[in-house]
Amino acid sequence: MSTSTDPGFQARLYRPPVPRFWWARRRSYLLFILRELSSLFVAWFVAYLLVLAYAVGQSESAYQRFLDWSANPFMIALNAVALGFAVLHAVTFFQAAPQATVVRLRGRRVPPTLLAGPIFAAWVVVSGFLIWLVVLA
Amino acid sequence: MSGRSGRSGPKRSAEPFIWLGFSAGGVVAALAIPALLFLFGLAFPLGWIDPPDHAHLDAVVTHAVTRLALLGLCVLSLIHFAHRFRFTLIDGLQLRRYDQLIAAGTYGTALVGSVLAGYVLFFAI
Repeated sequence: MSTSTDPGFQARLYRPPVPRFWWARRRSYLLFILRELSSLFVAWFVAYLLVLAYAVGQSESAYQRFLDWSANPFMIALNAVALGFAVLHAVTFFQAAPQATVVRLRGRRVPPTLLAGPIFAAWVVVSGFLIWLVVLA
Repeated sequence: MSGRSGRSGPKRSAEPFIWLGFSAGGVVAALAIPALLFLFGLAFPLGWIDPPDHAHLDAVVTHAVTRLALLGLCVLSLIHFAHRFRFTLIDGLQLRRYDQLIAAGTYGTALVGSVLAGYVLFFAI
């Protein structure tokens, strides 16, 4: 007789069939999958950033070519979509972070809603610093 | 007999470290990407804001601290991408039976991208 302690034993769990496009059935599921797809645009940004850094490091004319390329309507449309997904990623990640982070003060857990404020404030500060560094410094 | 220690102990897993990279990448991507993408993807190309001149941007990008910060941003963002996109494919499209192949593809992409980022930021500029 095969038991769960036998090396050859493998539990066969029943897995109800799930449709491939299950996430299209409800708005909340669709939002979930869009949030997950934001990772693709994170990867796109890394590629775009490296092209920019390379162009800047090469010469002034290479930087100008990068600016011309980024003004192409296709690139603007792609980056507009990417920005939408980047903001979706940021908002949903910062909303989830306080739920997953346990901070204790005098033995009591700080409520997640109190942690959300400083996290969003940090986003504003970092964004402001980056804009200052690139445009104003 | 417990078998909890020594050579017969539980197999060590890289999973916690991948989750750590995923979380760190999620945070740095959320903090930095929207502002930079807004500037370089929309505001400068559409003429909303004048782009910085080459000399200024070159001084910023080639500064040692910026290179390190950009490398951290690239590597952590790519780990975040790899881990999240892996589960988007296996759960979103019900492709769990191809998990090993998908994991090799996503983590492999992150590894190649990270090496490329290191090359661009420390050797090509």
